[in-house]
Amino acid sequence: MGGDLKDGRIVIVGASLAGLRAAEKLREEGFTGSLTVVGDEPHPPYDRPPLSKQVLLGQAAPRSTGLPMRLDPQVDWRLGVRATGLDPIGKRVLLADGEPLPYDRLLIATGTRARPWPNPQEAALDGVFTLRTREDATGLAERLAAGPRRVLVIGGGFTGSEIASACRERGLDVTVTERGPAPLIGALGGTLSKLAAAMHRNHGVDLRCGVTVTALRGDAAGRFTGADLSDGSRLEADVCVAALGAVRNVEWLAEAGLAAGPRGIACDAGCRAFNMYGIVTDDVFVAGDVSRFPHPLFGYQLLSLEHWGNAVAQAEVAAHNMVSPGPLRRPHLALPTFWSTQFGLNIKSVGVPTFSDQVVIAQGTLEERRLAMVYGYQGRVTAAVTVNMAKSLEYYQHLIETAAPFPPAPGASDRPLAAEVPIPSDVPDPKGLSHGPTVALTGHLPDRRLTVVPTAG
Amino acid sequence: MRVVVDLTRCQGYAQCVFLAPEVFQLHGEEGLLYNPAVPDEQLERVRQAAAACPVQAILLGAEVNPDGR
Repeated sequence: MGGDLKDGRIVIVGASLAGLRAAEKLREEGFTGSLTVVGDEPHPPYDRPPLSKQVLLGQAAPRSTGLPMRLDPQVDWRLGVRATGLDPIGKRVLLADGEPLPYDRLLIATGTRARPWPNPQEAALDGVFTLRTREDATGLAERLAAGPRRVLVIGGGFTGSEIASACRERGLDVTVTERGPAPLIGALGGTLSKLAAAMHRNHGVDLRCGVTVTALRGDAAGRFTGADLSDGSRLEADVCVAALGAVRNVEWLAEAGLAAGPRGIACDAGCRAFNMYGIVTDDVFVAGDVSRFPHPLFGYQLLSLEHWGNAVAQAEVAAHNMVSPGPLRRPHLALPTFWSTQFGLNIKSVGVPTFSDQVVIAQGTLEERRLAMVYGYQGRVTAAVTVNMAKSLEYYQHLIETAAPFPPAPGASDRPLAAEVPIPSDVPDPKGLSHGPTVALTGHLPDRRLTVVPTAG
Repeated sequence: MRVVVDLTRCQGYAQCVFLAPEVFQLHGEEGLLYNPAVPDEQLERVRQAAAACPVQAILLGAEVNPDGR
């Protein structure tokens, strides 16, 4: 083998953002061999973030979010075809229909799917949705346009909050239930979750925290009519959206001998998959939401990210490394970054906010709904979140990348007094939440099992 | 033609909103919403918006046509 890395057969499993950008990058890097992309959805690659925003607001059609190509990657598209297995010795991808696909190098970019409501009969009620696919968005947008009396959103993570925001903007009554103490707390910690809760309530959301939905109810015709809550109350609603986070699409790899599990497929910084013995492969690569990869800025813990920007950046690194010999390969070191638009606020994050013990508000205030919050872990800056202050984010990104001391030095802050008083970051155990963090630390950090006692100011 | 904005990169300069207001709108102070399906009569404006974006976050291109090859 060895041969010419720019030639041969490359198969990409996963036809969404990471799969498309990897295919383009392979051609940009001079790959001239055969390129096949397999996707279980029948659609060409499409963008998902607008599905919980423009599409639910009725400003864009669900079918309109097809992703533009940077260049035509000259791909044999196998769409609507599910990959059912991987034979790593015979180097073949098994398909639900058709002959197995032989490969020289494989990229796995199968992403995630919405975590369904756990009771299948209740989940099948007419009017109960999840939101991940174009079909989900089509169905939900139609129901919202029909003017339901009330919408129930289960889970106060980013997706649930964006859905609630869209409902209120359409003038619809909406209830959000969250098992944890506040929305977004799993991703942003205690202080910003209080702002999130205030935004929900100020915009007229019936926000119920510390409760769970114990049952969904339907009528004789199988239509969703409401829900029972753990506090004993009952709720009447016409539409329900389960926004309970994501499940990684790894089941098809059960027999493949890879380090694949509920948190994703473990890979090295060069996007090469580990097998189940922890030995790195050299012909199977991973990118996007389905990957778990080590990051030196966060204790070399494996990170699982559900971020648009990570899918693009990691796909490009994987593609480069698939057609480059060892010494020319690159590490995927991009910092996690994401955004959310809800209740008129633009929330952006860089770094890993859950990798923190303290925070300071470095610029702005909660009252202004305009601020930059900096997260620290053991005296070093590890993350920053801006609310309506996106232009500041790049500066804090630099602090994270250079492991700058926390609290940030004067000059990094317009309110030196505030920066002198770090407050606990109050990141809860995700097990207690309805929503998952979209950045998950999946390594071992022994000291995080201890109670953090803030030092006296 | 389709447009996608890298909102990880977007910093809310809103040049696109001035150049192609029918496609790009601000939602709140700096959140950007846009129509991903660009009507033909807006193409030139969107091209200008993509060129003018200070952080080069706007990509305009054709959607994948799976039968096109």
